[in-house]
Amino acid sequence: MPEATIGKQHTAVKWISIVMITALAVIPFGLYLAGNAFWLDIFTRLVILAIAACGLNLILGLGGLVSFGHAAYIGLGAYAVGIPVYHSTYGGMDAIASYNGFVHLGLAMAVCALFALVTGIISLRTRGVNFIMITMAFGQMMFYAIVSLETYGGDDGLTIDLRSEFPLITLDNPVTLYIVCYLSLLALVFLLHRISHSRFGLILQGAKFNEERMGAIGVNCYRYQLTAFVLSGLICGYAGFLLGNFTTFISPEMMDWTRSGEIMFMVILGGAAALWGPVIGAVIFIVLEFVLSEITIYWHLYFGLLLIFSVLFMRGGVSGALSRWFNSSRSSGTQRQA
Amino acid sequence: MSHPILEVQQLNKSFGGVIATDNVDMRVTQGEIHALIGPNGAGKTTLISQLSGLLTPDSGEIIFQGKTITGLPAYEFCRAGLARSFQITSVFQEMSLLDNVAMAVQARSGHSFKFWKNAKKEKLLREPALQYLEQVGLAERCNWLASEVSHGERRQLEIAMALATEPQMLLLDEPMAGMGREESAQLISTLNGLKKDKTLLLVEHDMDAVFALADTITVLVYGRVVASGEPDSIRNNEQVRQAYLGEDDN
Repeated sequence: MPEATIGKQHTAVKWISIVMITALAVIPFGLYLAGNAFWLDIFTRLVILAIAACGLNLILGLGGLVSFGHAAYIGLGAYAVGIPVYHSTYGGMDAIASYNGFVHLGLAMAVCALFALVTGIISLRTRGVNFIMITMAFGQMMFYAIVSLETYGGDDGLTIDLRSEFPLITLDNPVTLYIVCYLSLLALVFLLHRISHSRFGLILQGAKFNEERMGAIGVNCYRYQLTAFVLSGLICGYAGFLLGNFTTFISPEMMDWTRSGEIMFMVILGGAAALWGPVIGAVIFIVLEFVLSEITIYWHLYFGLLLIFSVLFMRGGVSGALSRWFNSSRSSGTQRQA
Repeated sequence: MSHPILEVQQLNKSFGGVIATDNVDMRVTQGEIHALIGPNGAGKTTLISQLSGLLTPDSGEIIFQGKTITGLPAYEFCRAGLARSFQITSVFQEMSLLDNVAMAVQARSGHSFKFWKNAKKEKLLREPALQYLEQVGLAERCNWLASEVSHGERRQLEIAMALATEPQMLLLDEPMAGMGREESAQLISTLNGLKKDKTLLLVEHDMDAVFALADTITVLVYGRVVASGEPDSIRNNEQVRQAYLGEDDN
């Protein structure tokens, strides 16, 4: 985008931020107070998916590495809630049996970090299509591993009898749960905003644009990409932790490769590398899923068509189109900023 | 003769049946401008790529400042103090010139596991970056995107980025390719200015530039060194005239 100056992009991001922060706070509560409790559920799911999409965007948008296995982390995060709760209720596995939310969260983070580290060490030796395939393969591996765990319901999944317990915070209250998810998303977007301008973020972006050049100026990109891969897995694991607490039912289906595809859909449609892109993508995804599935059971087809359209005609996804529109509608007289 | 900063011993590299580097021996003395010339396909870029770690030689040694660096990854070559510029311009097109150079400054200033502070506002990165841009005459354009400036200016940017890694020695792969006369002249003066504290290995087609700059010239033909010495001796070398200057009708 040679014509877009840094100053203009800042104002565009600022406006999108204000709109998103307000909309995600006002709309669900407005509808909730108006008696449509159902909408709060929709928005909770939306915000959780947005968190996962932001997590994927760290490696996909900022790092330019297309990981196709990120649903595995969502699943791991959710099972990190379900399995300790299961054992607290039915006994066994004393080491992890607990209702304590901190145990669940800690377990989710530890397992996701380990899985991301091990698979990242191997996957990041490849690029392009090979990277896509190998991350997908690892994701599917985890999917089948969970399917084979008969104790936790195997294919049929597992009902979580009790939500994670935290002092002072009751996740059983849907309003509280939404607030937790909403604040998590805001904190995450802010964190990603900081990262994208930090030294770490610049190295990631440099490696995306020109890895050979990074080597020639003395940077070992691998270490940074691996760190980003693990961070990205952790964020998706956190989303999984929230999702487990939200749905109170977990099954291997949530870590299927088609789920990974959906998160990627959100990132690409919303705009990879744009701060709010994945969130916008999640909004569109939820709206479309809701609207299209009312009309036809073949709604995935229209999804696909839309994705193709956006890839072909909207550079940078919806947020790319938005910021171009924003720039052109605010006069053209702006000077190149110093 | 002072100590060699870079020594290449018996270097070999072939691709399938094509021998691109054939038993190359070369010594580059500290502080000199050493030019590497040869007709098209002589294996100059292949040699430079091995000297910067992008390609691993089949056999032979690369010794830089007394340390064997053969087979190390490219980033280790740069950290050892051996920086390169690319023949086909390789910069970050979507970033400003200042961001490009600041990236190189950042690369040499410790690790980058810093997640919070805005690196685009760090004086520690921006100020030195601006100085390097000044050194190659691009300071005025520091906020332009690399994709917006001219080809010649991007070549200058390449050099500024290489300089920003604070190398002892610079490998310049055809820095003047595609440059106008005026831009070339400016680059020659930039390179002459570097001579004080850097060693340069220059691959170049422009013979005027080579004879204006070089202290030593090595001639490569079909991957083999056919001559190496002072410009005058190269100019008068019968073998070189035949293999290179004569054919190329220069």
